[in-house]
This record gives sequence, C-alpha cells and structure tokens, in this order.
Amino acid sequence: MSRVAVLAGGSSFERQVSLRSGARVEDALERLGHEVVAIDVGRDLVGRLRAAAPDVAFVAMHGAGGEDGTVQELLEILGLPYTGSGVPACARAMDKVATKHLLLEHDVPTPPFFAFNQTAFRELGAADALPAIEQRLAFPIVVKPSSQGSALGIKFARTAADVPAALVAAFSYDHKVLLERFVDGRDLAVSVLEGPDGPEALPVVEAVPRDGDLYDFQARYEIGRTDFICPAELPQAVADRARELALRTYELLGCFGFGRVDLLVDGDGELHVLEANPIPGLTETSLMPQAAEAAGIGFDELVGRILASAFER
Amino acid sequence: MSPPPKPPERSTRRDLERYAGLFSSRTRVMTSSATRDLMAMSDRPDVISFAGGLPDTSTFPTDVFAQLTARIADESCARALQYGPTDGLAETKRCIADVMAAEEMTVDTDDVMVTTGGQQVLDLVAKTLIDPGDTIVAEGPSYPGALNAFQAYQANVVQIDMDSDGMRVDLLEETLDRLEREGRRPKFVYTVPSFQNPGGVTMSLPRRRRLVEVARERELLVLEDNPYGLLRYEGDPLPTIYSLDGGVYVMYLGTFSKIFSPGLRLGWVVAPPPVLARMNLGKQQADLCTSTLSQILVQSYFAHHDWRDYVGSLTELYRSRRDTMLDALAEHFPPQAEWTKPRGGLFIWATLPDFIDTSDLLAAALRDNVAFVPGEGAFLDGRGRSSMRLNFSNADEDGIREGIRRIGEVVKEQVALYGTLTGVPAQAPPRHDAVADASEAPPADEQGARVVELPRRDERERRARRS
Repeated sequence: MSRVAVLAGGSSFERQVSLRSGARVEDALERLGHEVVAIDVGRDLVGRLRAAAPDVAFVAMHGAGGEDGTVQELLEILGLPYTGSGVPACARAMDKVATKHLLLEHDVPTPPFFAFNQTAFRELGAADALPAIEQRLAFPIVVKPSSQGSALGIKFARTAADVPAALVAAFSYDHKVLLERFVDGRDLAVSVLEGPDGPEALPVVEAVPRDGDLYDFQARYEIGRTDFICPAELPQAVADRARELALRTYELLGCFGFGRVDLLVDGDGELHVLEANPIPGLTETSLMPQAAEAAGIGFDELVGRILASAFER
Repeated sequence: MSPPPKPPERSTRRDLERYAGLFSSRTRVMTSSATRDLMAMSDRPDVISFAGGLPDTSTFPTDVFAQLTARIADESCARALQYGPTDGLAETKRCIADVMAAEEMTVDTDDVMVTTGGQQVLDLVAKTLIDPGDTIVAEGPSYPGALNAFQAYQANVVQIDMDSDGMRVDLLEETLDRLEREGRRPKFVYTVPSFQNPGGVTMSLPRRRRLVEVARERELLVLEDNPYGLLRYEGDPLPTIYSLDGGVYVMYLGTFSKIFSPGLRLGWVVAPPPVLARMNLGKQQADLCTSTLSQILVQSYFAHHDWRDYVGSLTELYRSRRDTMLDALAEHFPPQAEWTKPRGGLFIWATLPDFIDTSDLLAAALRDNVAFVPGEGAFLDGRGRSSMRLNFSNADEDGIREGIRRIGEVVKEQVALYGTLTGVPAQAPPRHDAVADASEAPPADEQGARVVELPRRDERERRARRS
C-alpha cells in the first residue's frame, strides 16, 4: 500500500471538474487501502509535497497547468513517480495544433484546419487570407482555442460574417487558435488504459445532445444536456476502427497510463480524430469511467490500474 | 484492542462527488454552465472582483458590533438562542416598519413576514404561486438569482425590455395581451424598480403609476423587489410601487442586506393576508423561523443607534465609488462601449460591441486577475452576451480604477483584433463624458436607453438559421 498525494484543483478553468475527479479518486484509493493526501494545487505545491513525502502522485488535474506538462515537470524535478502521461506527451496533447500536425504526418484522419496566433493577424496581415481559408474549409467552420481543454471558447461560424467574432472569442483563451472544417457527425470518445500488455482501447462512448438540435454546437459540451451511450451503437468495423485510431493517436503522442481520444464519425462511417486528453475527467458523469465500466472495469480497479502504471514508467 | 478505524477525512469536494449521483434532475440543471466554472475563479484572493453584489461590511463600526453582542448576552441571551415565531418577532417588524417609513410607506405589521434574506422571499413567492409551466413576467435584463429561484419551480419567465426609465410598461401591456390570447395568465410581474439589478436604471414615476393601474385592471400580482431604494446618490426619491398601490396587488420585498448586513440574512415580505398566510406555511416547511439571534441584533441596533446614520455613510462611500468607476470607464473603455449611469444602488451595466462575448472576455480578464458578471445570465433568450454587470460597492477606489483599467485593456485588445480581422479599424466618436458633477446628471433619457435595450439578435439569427 502506498502513500498517495492526489493533486487536484489548480487554477485552470477546469478547476471545478478537477476537484470532482480528485474527490472520486481519493475515495477509490482509500477503499483500495492506500493512504491519501489530498492537495488542492496552489503556490505551495512543492512545499506541501515535500512535507507530505508521498510515494507517488495521482494527478487528477485538467486544463492548463495540470494537463499540459507543467505539474509533471515539477514532479520529475522532485523525483516523485506520478500517474499519466509524461511532460512531452502532455505538452503535445494539450496543444490541438501540434496534435493535428502529428496526426496528419502519420495519416491519421483529422478535419482540415488552419491555425494562427495573434501575431499573424496583427503583424502579418493574416486577415487577408481569411477568405481563402474559408473557401478551403467551407462553412460552417469551427473556431477553437488551441489549448483550452473544455468547451470554453469553441465557436461555430456559419458564415464569413461570424468568423471575426469567433476568432476574438477563441483568442480570449489562448494566443493560438484554429479554424477547423466542421464534420457533421456523431461525437465519439475512446478511452485508453494501460494494461499488462500495453495500452488497450476501451469500448467507444457516444455523446448525444439531449435536445437534438444538431446545430447547437455548444450545447454538446454542457453537462446535463448530453446523454452518453456506451458501448456506442456502431457497426463493428467502425467501432474497431475508432479504437484503432484512438490507440494510434495515444501512441503517436507518447501518452502513458491512461487517456482519452475524441473523434467524430460522419454519415459515411468515416472517422475523424479531433483531440486527445492526457488526463480525462474521472467524475461520475465523465466518459472514461463509463467506458471502463462497460469493459467490466469498476472505478476502483480503474484507479488502481492507473496508480500501478505510475511505477512502471 | 485495536483502535477504531480512522474515518475518512471529509472535504467539500469529496462530499460533492459522493452524493452527485443522487441529485435530482432539477439540481443538475442548476450547475450546468461552463460560465459558472469561470465565475468560480473570481473569488481567488488576488482577483479584483466586480462580480458579487457585496456591500462593504468593513465600514460597520466594530465597537458598535461589540456593544450589540454584549448587550444581547446581557439582556436577552436565552431568547436569542431560542426558536421564534415563523412570521418573525414583533419588535423586528417594528424595525421593518421604520425602514419602510423612510421610503414613505406605511405598513401594518400584521402584513409583514420576516424572512431569511430577501432571497427567501423569491423562493416563497414562487413556491406559493407557481405550478410547473406557469408564466411569470420579469424585466430584461433581470437579477439572475431571481430567475434561478423562479425556474427552480419550473416557471416560464417572459422578459420585458427596459430603457432608462425602467421596464417598458407599454411593452408589458402588449405582452400581457399576447399571453392572454395564448390563454396564458401570468401569476405575477417581478420588478426591481429602483437602481435595478443588473441594469442600474430606475422606473419612472409615470411608469410606476401605470404599472399599478395595469395590475388593478388585470388583477395581476406585482412583486416589487427593493433592496437598494435607500441607497440613492442623486435625484429625488420616487414613491415605491407598493405605496402607490397600497398593498392590494403589490407584494413588497425588503432586506437589511444592503443597509446593514447580508450576513444576518434578514429580509421581509409584505403581501395581502391570504398570500402571506400561504407563504407562512411555505416558510414553516423551509426553516420554521428566521434566525432569532439576527432579529434581536437588528432590534438592538435600531433601539440604540441611528441606523439612518450608517445608511448615510454607506451612501457617501458608494456615491464616491460609483463616480470613480464611471470616471474609470470613461477613461479606459473604448468609445464603442456604453454603460448605464445609476443614480443609486450597487451596479453599472456595460454593453460592449456585438462581436465581444463577455463570457469569453471574462476568461481573458481573469488572466489579468479581474472579474465581472457576464450579461448572459440576466436573460433567458440568449441576449446579454455582449454586456456585463459591474459592482462598485465592494472594491476600494484604487481597486476600482485598476480593475476597470485592466478590463478596458482586454476590451481594447479585442476591439483592435476585430478591426484587424475585418479590415475596418474601430472608429466611433466617444459617447461618454465622466459624470463629474451629480447636479449635471444627464437627462433621464440619456442614462442608458440604448444601453439596456438590447436587440434580440440571437433570436433573429436562430430564425434565419431555421429558415
């Protein structure tokens, strides 16, 4: 049995979700017989970790600071084993632009996109290229901040007139944003969990917006407005392909321990990888615990396996 | 003998998660928006927050508080620690009558019920009058806490536009006609007529009179929410809607929160006896009675000190903070921004160009450690996305100047970026001069007509999309 520091909270916009993930993890770890030290991550993190002297850290943080390699770097410096992906994988996965370039280089399908930082618009006149971009992507276009993990800042531009405001919104969250072709399809999520023989893809989960308005893009990401179906009702070949693509994405990014890959399946059954989450939510309504459940892995076992992987890195 | 097993360490976050699976679908909806998570970031200690509706309780003299508590210990300890009647202590009601008299209202204390803050009145009125699907009418924008209280009882809230003279009562009548044709009879009209939250505007006397007439003609209840009436910084007081109606169709909500302390949780409602009797039953179910300790504290304070002096000092303080914020807005916000110039209360409502979404802007502002309330929560139809509510009562003047400067920087950045993206550099003549002298207050119709009245832009878009 180990002394486990559960790191949650922090100051990212996903702080609340992270606190909930952390709380569930703490309960599970205690049921498994571990000694838990709960840490709401703040400026005193290093001091608290030194004082607590845990054997291992369970990182249950989402978003900037916790999921982008920052906390992982600190844990490396302190020489403390920790759960989940290492610094380079976190940094790549939190950056949607970097992720998508990597996917394209390895022929993993992802919707066509263009990415810019503010400098491009301010100093290089990128605005003049917007019509060409819009022509290449065709409307509607999804505009999103490159690094924001939740739905915050994601906008849906139906016409050229919507694009500037959507960009302004996305730049509120990040200095880099992407314009992506909208794929009209169903939202899928495939979680990956480290097993005895390496990473395994768990059953596919489908997120279905409750009010059925296909074009209410933002509603898809609001808790309570979405139903989850697991395993997703898909032709076997599509489900297999989704899991294969998720695993491939996970490995290309260099993820470790666990993770979740979000995809879309279009009307022709074609799959498109959207992004990867190195530390997916672990709350009661989160996708990964549901996928694990469908694979016969209870929450405690899930947490136990993630913890065990920390020592195998 | 082995020691008993150590109970797991309790924490709020743990409890939250442990019981999450048991929550009703109604409460799930209550915590659904991403913006709420953003708002949760605004109470970090290093953030200058214009978000809450907090009065500045640091101004209350600590020696007076010490005297009050010592006196309670001395004179009425056992009583203060005991239950009390559901409708409140008689002496508290006399204090309430005193506060209402300060706004030229006479009230029979039998018609008063003391409540746990004004917010409980919103809950009790809704509990008493609303069946799922019932319609109620409110202002647009409206106090989000009221909208939430009404929606918790599955009310259908219809919002009426406002201008610088408050709720457009002509539009109210049109809406009532329309609802009648649809066979919907609203249960009540909810209004904050003085220094409205969040709009900052005040309903004119002719509209107050007309509203009373409308209520009588249509036998419609009105809920007048008046937390800020005594916090007037310029101009002459207006009669409350309650005083114009005499308590036949108007229910009145008052509170000690903004004139004394929100921590005491003391509010009240005045309502026609049959309605009050129902609310009394509702309150029994909710909490049996309002805190006796709080009630005795107020009584003791009113008996031995002049509460009007403290309200006077708050008025001086908030007037000055309001002026500081208006000056800072004029200095730091771009010319495309507009805002109301409230003559009292706690809030300024600022509206930015259409292309700025204030929920997203809040994310950028929080990076610079400053917070406000995005406007979208004040509407139920998607409007308000380019507006924000700014509270000026809680931060000190340096904080107000610095906080507004920071928000202004972020807004200007976004305006410039939008100009770059559209190839149209932002240009518009400045609309605002600092309100330096209250005696030169702008005429009423310049106080914020365009600022509060928001086009139903999203609705238009939605229709266009469907067609």
